[in-house]
Amino acid sequence: MQQQLSKKTLSFTDEIAEGVYLLGFERDFEFKAGQVIGIGMEKEGPRRLYSICSGEREHEIMILYNVVEEGYLTPRLCDLTEGDEIWVTGPRGEFLYDSAPALWIASGTGVAPFYSMLRSGQHENKTLIHGERYLERFYFYNEFSETLGEQYTRCCSAEDDPAVFRGRVTAYLQQVAALPSDFKYYLCGRAEMVVETRDILIARGIPYNQIISEIYF
Amino acid sequence: MEPLFGKTLSELSEVADEAGLPAFAANQMADWLYKKPTGSIDDMTNLSKKARETLKENYTIGMAACVNMQESTDGTKKYLFNTKTGKFIETAYIPDKDRHTVCVSTQVGCKMGCLFCMTGKQGFQGNLSAGEILNQLRSIEESEKITNIVYMGMGEPLDNLDAVLKSLEILTADWGFAMSPRRITVSTIGIIPAMKEFLEKSEAHLAVSLHSPYDEERKQLMPIQQVYPLDEVLSEIRSWDFGRQRRVSFEYIMFKDLNDTPMHVRELVKKLDGIRCRINLIRFHPIPDTPLDTSTDSTIREFKENLNNQGIVTTIRASRGEDIYAACGLLSTKELVNKK
Repeated sequence: MQQQLSKKTLSFTDEIAEGVYLLGFERDFEFKAGQVIGIGMEKEGPRRLYSICSGEREHEIMILYNVVEEGYLTPRLCDLTEGDEIWVTGPRGEFLYDSAPALWIASGTGVAPFYSMLRSGQHENKTLIHGERYLERFYFYNEFSETLGEQYTRCCSAEDDPAVFRGRVTAYLQQVAALPSDFKYYLCGRAEMVVETRDILIARGIPYNQIISEIYF
Repeated sequence: MEPLFGKTLSELSEVADEAGLPAFAANQMADWLYKKPTGSIDDMTNLSKKARETLKENYTIGMAACVNMQESTDGTKKYLFNTKTGKFIETAYIPDKDRHTVCVSTQVGCKMGCLFCMTGKQGFQGNLSAGEILNQLRSIEESEKITNIVYMGMGEPLDNLDAVLKSLEILTADWGFAMSPRRITVSTIGIIPAMKEFLEKSEAHLAVSLHSPYDEERKQLMPIQQVYPLDEVLSEIRSWDFGRQRRVSFEYIMFKDLNDTPMHVRELVKKLDGIRCRINLIRFHPIPDTPLDTSTDSTIREFKENLNNQGIVTTIRASRGEDIYAACGLLSTKELVNKK
């Protein structure tokens, strides 16, 4: 397996919340919403995988990431500006949508693949639950809210807002009245959230083979 | 203070250089660190007193004693070590006649989120340094007896590749522990780029967690399958020469009515075609609230025989230390609960 590497010129980079960035470059490959690409600063250097955060037919590929201070890549990535170059592998991964009704559960930047699915028009019979620490970090709130309406729940663990559930995603799932047993459950985010959420879903009677997990590593 | 234990010879040369010591001091330090039971820099008596004082200004040996140990009736021991994060890592010592195997951890917690794993439930707190990995070998009572090392404890070794490679360099170098790489096995769930780098840079054996030959089933057990599917892992392995010297094995935990059928045997044989390998069947040690169950002994035996009959060398890993929280991550989780 040899992943094709290509050099891309950044068309924009934007700090959309403190320490959280969105970058973009021109799309010249096909992908499926939910897939990831590898990003590196140099051709031979280390690469990290990121979910694509844009629609399948859009002209730009977008990547949402937060800066990991002790990390190798993101402290360098966030210093780049429009016109700078990065190295990118082709798309891969099988965290893919289908037509079945589904609950999308994300924490932090784990919302990226779901935004990609939404932008690809794959949001029918889908519900999103997004967890974040601060209110300003509900990325793409306007679009999710407009498109999903009641099927979009925000869970904020550190700040209050009447329209937002106060607490973590896991707390929300524990108190929510019913979890449909015929839905698929897509989980994306930090390992802690994914593992804890999966345990809650299983404890609440969801068969584990209906749970599809994507982990960040 | 920075630990010296866990530094490679080239890093020790830098230390010597910065401290104004002669170049050969690096070898002397390596000798004290990796070949002798050295407790402090003062023990390094072939360095001048002035050199030792200079080193002590910035460095310490950096080894840590275990905080708890449990011993099974079968002789297996589980050691617990404290970490900087306040959480614990586990190290298992497994004696078997002349073979004394130590199973080391490489991370505090784990990010991989496998459905059957207790370590994943602790979340991920960080990577261990090479020194912290090697400390698990040096700071146990049986340190002098160790014949084999397996990187199969807490964490995904190839998600902490730099420290794992560094620890392997120290273990196998003449200036280090001078151990044969053929006595060391590194396990992975199949992070392909890191696996490739490991295969390039080390001669240690490789063990891959397989657990199901079917994509959909494996995805449910191991989220990594979404990104690095088994077929691609196997394709990468096929491109390497696993001859008589270097071994690749596949770990296969047996789950009742999930991955233990004759259909799985047939698919395994198909998938592993062309790979000179062995399969280790492992009894599942149930963890709290798991939806998975353990295959019966007779099913495991039959599965093994079927694979052997199809030409794949298959063994059943003896369950050890069942009375001391055998499943990886159980003991450290219990310790965390006690601490809270």
